[in-house]
Amino acid sequence: MAVAALEQEILSLRKHRQLYSLIGLLLVVAVLVSGYSKANSMNSGGFLQGLSKFFDYPGEIVAEAIDAGPAFFGQILHFLPAMMETLNIALVATLLGGAGAVVLAMASTRNVDSWGPLIPVVRRIMDVMRAFPELIIALFLIFVLGSSPVPAMIAVAFHTAGALGKLFSEVNDNIDRKPIEGLSACGANWLQRIRFAVLPQVAPNYLSYFLLRLEINVRASAILGFVGAGGIGQELRRTIGWGKGAGDETAAIFVLLFITIMIIDQLSSWLRGRLVGSSRAH
Amino acid sequence: MIQFRNVSKSFGARTAVNGISFGIDKPQMVGVIGRSGAGKSTLLRMINRLTPATSGQILFGDRDILSLKGAMMRRWQRDCAMVFQQFNLVPRLDVVTNVMLGRLNGHGTLKSLFNVFAEDDVRDALAALDRLGIAQEATKRAEELSGGQQQRVAIARALMQTPYMILADEPIASLDPMNAKIVMDALREIHERDGKMVICNLHTLDTARSYCDRVIGMRDGVLVFDGKPEELTTQAAREIYGADESFNEAATSTAIDAGAPGRSRSAGAMSPAAVAV
Repeated sequence: MAVAALEQEILSLRKHRQLYSLIGLLLVVAVLVSGYSKANSMNSGGFLQGLSKFFDYPGEIVAEAIDAGPAFFGQILHFLPAMMETLNIALVATLLGGAGAVVLAMASTRNVDSWGPLIPVVRRIMDVMRAFPELIIALFLIFVLGSSPVPAMIAVAFHTAGALGKLFSEVNDNIDRKPIEGLSACGANWLQRIRFAVLPQVAPNYLSYFLLRLEINVRASAILGFVGAGGIGQELRRTIGWGKGAGDETAAIFVLLFITIMIIDQLSSWLRGRLVGSSRAH
Repeated sequence: MIQFRNVSKSFGARTAVNGISFGIDKPQMVGVIGRSGAGKSTLLRMINRLTPATSGQILFGDRDILSLKGAMMRRWQRDCAMVFQQFNLVPRLDVVTNVMLGRLNGHGTLKSLFNVFAEDDVRDALAALDRLGIAQEATKRAEELSGGQQQRVAIARALMQTPYMILADEPIASLDPMNAKIVMDALREIHERDGKMVICNLHTLDTARSYCDRVIGMRDGVLVFDGKPEELTTQAAREIYGADESFNEAATSTAIDAGAPGRSRSAGAMSPAAVAV
């Protein structure tokens, strides 16, 4: 009798779950349909009409690149300095942001004996730093400081400090406190405890996140060129703006971007694998 | 040397140490025994100031160590080295650096942040490791060593602090009997040869009898026994452990006690060869 009642209860529960799943699915479909209708009504050409011409522009670019012949490879080399400028923006910004993130993370984690009243303040500061995308900060800084890579560096570094600071503080939350206690018992001060008991524990994970952020920042720095921050993005905006006749240059920039980002992705994945692997191996 | 005057410590509603008063007048090797939760660790941690006392006084000479703050407190922490059950080393740092960290308090912050230790520090660290029979492990990471070796590194770090006393919080609780014997021999040797006061929390009665000059028994945060090891009778043990007639003292023994020379050792008898496993 009890088993029969249990069976009824389970069946009833299953029916409820199926009903909730169906309602959830319908909600998702409704959001997608209404979202598309709204977007399409605001698109001057209409999305579906534009979709049929989707491959026209890439086709033109590829055709012009083929027409350029061996000179196409010269175009790639021509844009190398601009690519280096973008990499420079990303690297400097990640280094500055990473250094700031270490300070913010150490000041915002109870597990490493940060000063209690400071913790919520620093956490809110990091929230604000993360809340503004690089593009918005860069637009503001370019308006104030003028078009150059410096506003882009500051913008990326600012966002990076907030984003990495959050990740670093989560790493801090998970460290073993025994070494900290061991050094406290020796009379070490807070900075000495951070240097010798915390940093050796968190360094592999910090570096791993740092490299991941470098990948993201290379892409972000390229995009910032579109708003006048220099580098490869600015060149891309120029060639796309010219339309026909500059397709080979556009293609060269795409190829250069693709190769560079692929190399950085592979390199950082390999390095991160080694770093995290080495910390887990011990 | 050190006086406890009505010292208490509460964690919320729970009282870990309840109005303890006693003194240690000369550099003895003192064993503190009692069940888990009796307040032994809290007692040691209050001396080192890792745990703040709720009330009372702990006097070292005429200095009230519970009132020390900032740099003075850290200086005191350097003077009363601690050895922990779980060693509390920095696992990813090499052994010799771990030992030199015992000198951090004597160095300027900026210098120490750049890992700048004097040649004397390196020499002293190696000498301390050699004394404990593990100098050959100096360049390995601490996490690569066995538990017994790590505890000896922790003792070497304590020696680097050139402390007045060593507080050992259950130093052999995580070790096998052979390593436990090596560690206890090392602590006894340091006490005898250097004349250091050693206060050692222990779980086993026979270890306390074999190695200590004086035994303090705690139960529910209160001192219930204070005497010489030979006065630690089965009846006294029953009172410390809150056990009835069925209390089996052998249950608190380990193989270490069978062959422990303990207090019969002559000072300076420990050599690297003697402690090597």
